[in-house]
Amino acid sequence: MAEPLLRIDKLSKNFGSIVASQGVSLEVFPGEIHALIGPNGAGKTTLLNQIAGDLVPDSGQIFFDGHDITRLPLYQRSHLGLARSYQITSVFPQLSVEENLLLAIQAQRGHSFRFWRRGLSIPELRDDLESSLERVGLSERAEMSACNLSHGEKKQLEVGMALACNPRLLLLDEPMAGMGPGGTVELSKLIRRLKEKTTILLVEHDMETIFALADRITVLVYGEVVTTGTAEEIRSNAIVRHAYLGDEDEAC
Amino acid sequence: MSSRFDRKKLCLSFGAILLILLPMLASLCGEPYLISLASRILIYALAAVSLDLILGYGGLVSLGHAAFFGIGAYMVAILAHHDFEGTALISWPLTVPGSDSALIAWPAAVLCSGLLAAIIGALSLRTTGMHFIMITLAFAQMLFYFFVGLESYGGDDGLTLFSRNTLPHFDLSDDTQFYYVCLVLLFVFLLLASRLVVSRFGLVIRGCRENDKRMQSLGFPTYRYKLLCFMIAGAASGLAGALIANQIEYVSPGLMHWTRSGVILVMVLLGGTGTLYGPVLGAAAFLLLEEILSIYTEHWMLYFGPLLILVVLFARHGLYGILAGKGKRYG
Ligand SMILES: Nc1ncnc2c1ncn2[C@@H]1O[C@H](COP(=O)(O)OP(=O)(O)OP(=O)(O)O)[C@@H](O)[C@H]1O
Ligand SMILES: [Mg+2]
Repeated sequence: MAEPLLRIDKLSKNFGSIVASQGVSLEVFPGEIHALIGPNGAGKTTLLNQIAGDLVPDSGQIFFDGHDITRLPLYQRSHLGLARSYQITSVFPQLSVEENLLLAIQAQRGHSFRFWRRGLSIPELRDDLESSLERVGLSERAEMSACNLSHGEKKQLEVGMALACNPRLLLLDEPMAGMGPGGTVELSKLIRRLKEKTTILLVEHDMETIFALADRITVLVYGEVVTTGTAEEIRSNAIVRHAYLGDEDEAC
Repeated sequence: MSSRFDRKKLCLSFGAILLILLPMLASLCGEPYLISLASRILIYALAAVSLDLILGYGGLVSLGHAAFFGIGAYMVAILAHHDFEGTALISWPLTVPGSDSALIAWPAAVLCSGLLAAIIGALSLRTTGMHFIMITLAFAQMLFYFFVGLESYGGDDGLTLFSRNTLPHFDLSDDTQFYYVCLVLLFVFLLLASRLVVSRFGLVIRGCRENDKRMQSLGFPTYRYKLLCFMIAGAASGLAGALIANQIEYVSPGLMHWTRSGVILVMVLLGGTGTLYGPVLGAAAFLLLEEILSIYTEHWMLYFGPLLILVVLFARHGLYGILAGKGKRYG
């Protein structure tokens, strides 16, 4: 198999007495959709936070494309090709939808020590902006303040911002949560299309979506990796069924 | 939407025309004294607009903005002092004489306050919220006591300027000409700042106000952007200081006392944070009310306080929001 794009080696993180990551090792290969599942409080978000740089692990290492990024400052990671969406939507509420996306776009286009031209009127950025808006279906909302969007639309914008970064590895933290059935279907399609261009590490609770989308799945329980495998393997894994999928699955 | 936009334009045009015609109106009314009050308003407006850049757009509450104001003022006064005495400002390793030229003293004031902002910003911007407020305040107070103890430049008593700075083709000692110089500088700064806040740099600054961590995760080294913004604001405040030294022909440590920072902050709040033009209104309202109320009572703050509270509580974008229409996003 090819070299992994992301390799996590024995990562541990505690919050006081809470063990959020415990010797987590994980490999994500180029081009795959890798799902991360586990019950509430299993440490999925915490793991994503460490990969993205929002949190520094207590021990262990993270390699991205062969580079050790364990302690790399947050802002440098996006330039290596890491982007994420947050579980708790964190768009910029007082900025308009297009300004939110523009920030993600201009972050990829060299420094922003540019003081004179109106950012939204720059043709090179405008093109990217239009396609970003369209991709997440927010063209109609372009000039609206992000705080006035519905919950689902905020989620779309959140994903749109991560995509506008043109990442090589996209970290998505429960992008479907609270989106409604229509939005979930749309987003699933989008993620499948993205697979052509980028690698995705996806945290999601909705098992149907996971089994439909993911090439491989890692199960996390109490901060520990229980198992990693393909959708079929996970579905038939006894420990997983017991620990996570619950016994009602057995009844089927 | 469009009517609100027009209303904003209308307000701005009206304000600009009023300011341009003001000296003529003042002499028509036979109140030439008004011109020097108006100059004071313009100067404080410049300082307040510069504070709005970091406060309203950057979301950084600084209680030390008067430090830059004071440094700018002292720069002018110290240069003029050495020029008058015929002594050198610096005698080693190279000799730097004093100067009474605006073309030297004002840029020097801008540079000096910008540098000071770089130092204060470099340390204070590592913190946020309450800590940031306290650190900016502490630096400003340190500077205040430094100048109180600086006997060679008058210490507590301050320094008196022999005369206003010289500027080719202008006579700054003429109140009307001085007023127009202030007005041009304020207009230029407003133009630059209004471009800045919608530029890519300005968008980054506004993003930092909303969510600094998220900005970093998008790939912005936010510290550098905020530091530069802090320096720009400090430099502009320094220019305002250089002007105030000329206007009152006297400087004292009081110019950088924390209460002065408070006054500038109040002007921004009153006028409307994050509106850029609002602080001009805020400065005008503050100084006019001070002028009028203090005729009747020396405890004029007693009446001003409740007014300020009302405006801050009920007008989201201050006086500017009331005049130019509310609901519109300015930032
Ligand atoms: N900043 C923090 N400080 C203290 N404890 C934390 C912090 N962040 C997470 N935790 C704890 O770490 C554990 C793992 O949390 P995490 O958010 O990673 O779980 P999760 O798998 O994402 O859960 P969910 O499915 O609810 O999103 C939880 O017990 C949580 O309470
Ligand atoms: Mg989570």
